[in-house]
Amino acid sequence: MSEAASRGHVVINTEECKGCGLCIEACPPKVLYLSKKFNTHGYHNSAYKGEGCTGCGVCFYACPEPGAITVFKRWDLMTDIRMCPHCREKHKVYSKSTNPDELICTQCLKPINEG
Amino acid sequence: MNKILRKSNVFYDVYERRPGADKLTTTYCPGCGHGILHKLIAEALEDFGVQDRTIFISPVGCSVFAYYYFHTGNVQVAHGRAPAVGTGLKRANPNSIVISYQGDGDLAAIGGLEIINAANRGEGLTVFFVNNAIYGMTGGQMAPTTLIGQITMTTPLGRSVENEGYPIHMSEIIATLEAPVYVERVMLGDTKSIMHTRKAVRKALKIQIEKNGFSFIEVLSACPSGWKMTPIQGEKWVTDTMTKYFPLGVKKDISDTFEGRDFSRKNVEPSELHEVLDIKETRIDAEKIAPFIMKLVAEEIKIAGFGGQGVLSLGTVLSEMGMRHNYEVSWLPSYGPEMRGGTANCSVKISSKKIGSPVVANPTILIAMNRPSLDKFETGVVSGGLIVYDSSLIDRAPTRTDVTVIPIPATKMADELGNTKIANMIIVGALIKYLGIMSQEIVLDSIGDVLKRKELVPLNQKAILKGAEFIKNIK
Repeated sequence: MSEAASRGHVVINTEECKGCGLCIEACPPKVLYLSKKFNTHGYHNSAYKGEGCTGCGVCFYACPEPGAITVFKRWDLMTDIRMCPHCREKHKVYSKSTNPDELICTQCLKPINEG
Repeated sequence: MNKILRKSNVFYDVYERRPGADKLTTTYCPGCGHGILHKLIAEALEDFGVQDRTIFISPVGCSVFAYYYFHTGNVQVAHGRAPAVGTGLKRANPNSIVISYQGDGDLAAIGGLEIINAANRGEGLTVFFVNNAIYGMTGGQMAPTTLIGQITMTTPLGRSVENEGYPIHMSEIIATLEAPVYVERVMLGDTKSIMHTRKAVRKALKIQIEKNGFSFIEVLSACPSGWKMTPIQGEKWVTDTMTKYFPLGVKKDISDTFEGRDFSRKNVEPSELHEVLDIKETRIDAEKIAPFIMKLVAEEIKIAGFGGQGVLSLGTVLSEMGMRHNYEVSWLPSYGPEMRGGTANCSVKISSKKIGSPVVANPTILIAMNRPSLDKFETGVVSGGLIVYDSSLIDRAPTRTDVTVIPIPATKMADELGNTKIANMIIVGALIKYLGIMSQEIVLDSIGDVLKRKELVPLNQKAILKGAEFIKNIK
């Protein structure tokens, strides 16, 4: 079941974020904000409000850290959780809007093979 | 339109080479332009499928550790020398994709001539020139690209034209040359400009991949730490202020008409060179060298004297003759700028094993042709070694007691033969006789191959025989 038939999702890897704020400035729908919390490096990392991402990818290109931001264009966040063979734990998954059987783990971002 | 924008596979998953506990983030400051450009380059390399044949050259500057991040071939080079090293890499491996990634201190100051000449030769490189108007890594000193009036660590009153001159416009300079295919100045400011930079990066790499052409992308990029600004202020300063001095845009683009540079590696056949340089193949007479092939030879010879004594040619003759006996040889000269006079020395190695380095630090044999040479090199001779010195010119005997000493009045003997300059050949004759590692017959026969002036062959042969005779008498 799709939680929100959104145009996109953005995942911030908090430990790779240096809190420069360029993604927040660049984000057209303004769905990113600087977290009140610190990450282990002592930065206020960027965070996603949880809804409203259009999947445009502007934040990805604005961000200077190679692995801090991942953007999913037209992938839906599912309500139910699945067993991820990579994490060996149960996690929420994204499903491809054009092919709902194609799933990706929200934690490790690797594909989950349903078969 | 399903797409995932994620960390490119051209980056390492974990930056194992990075020292310390944090192996997931780059060494760049928050908001630094390097990371953005790295991502654009990595994405293009992945999309074009050339990761496996890419060689990324890290410069000196903040991006000195680019090899921590890029999962490609990597070379880290001396300050400003990326285009020179890139030339070598590309010519040796024409199918590789060579990226010269340089900052403004690196490219526009210390490496200014390297880049101009590599561009002028049209080497098949892609140059990314990151211009942040200061020396970022060393703490924000003035660079050639610093704006007029800009306050830096070394221009606390602002850059003045009278004192420091004008900012250098590298893209415009490169664009005046004939060979470059594509030259553009872009910036990492707002979203639009980043996406435009992405296009320029891809176009520049395509030109190298498809046509082996030279392209140059100048990227105006923020240094929030060096400029003492927030990352957002930094990007704004790039957009509003830097672009006034450094106008964006395509400075040169002949990619449509450029036919491409040959991808094949250019090799010169040894035979062609022999013809041009009039070099004969070294003859090795198997029968005549038979008595010497089992010998274990490892001589490190230092020959020293003043210029004009034939010190260097003494070394050439010894190494040439060594070659004719199938030994491994090396010859390394060291001399002052004077053609005559001054001091000269050369290092010769003759060995039955492969030679690793031509440098002779502790000779097994010292040939001293004048007093200063004996004074300078005597102490370095290995214990049990040999010192040969010209006793007609040197008024003291060596003081070492743990070496064999042979005084030869070579200059006096040469004088008696009618030519002072032949003293070196007297020593050759004596040494070959004494060491017994070469055939005198071969040396006499082939001395003509080595000498430029053929009319001097009989005199040289006479001197070699005289030297040999001298040794026989004192043995």
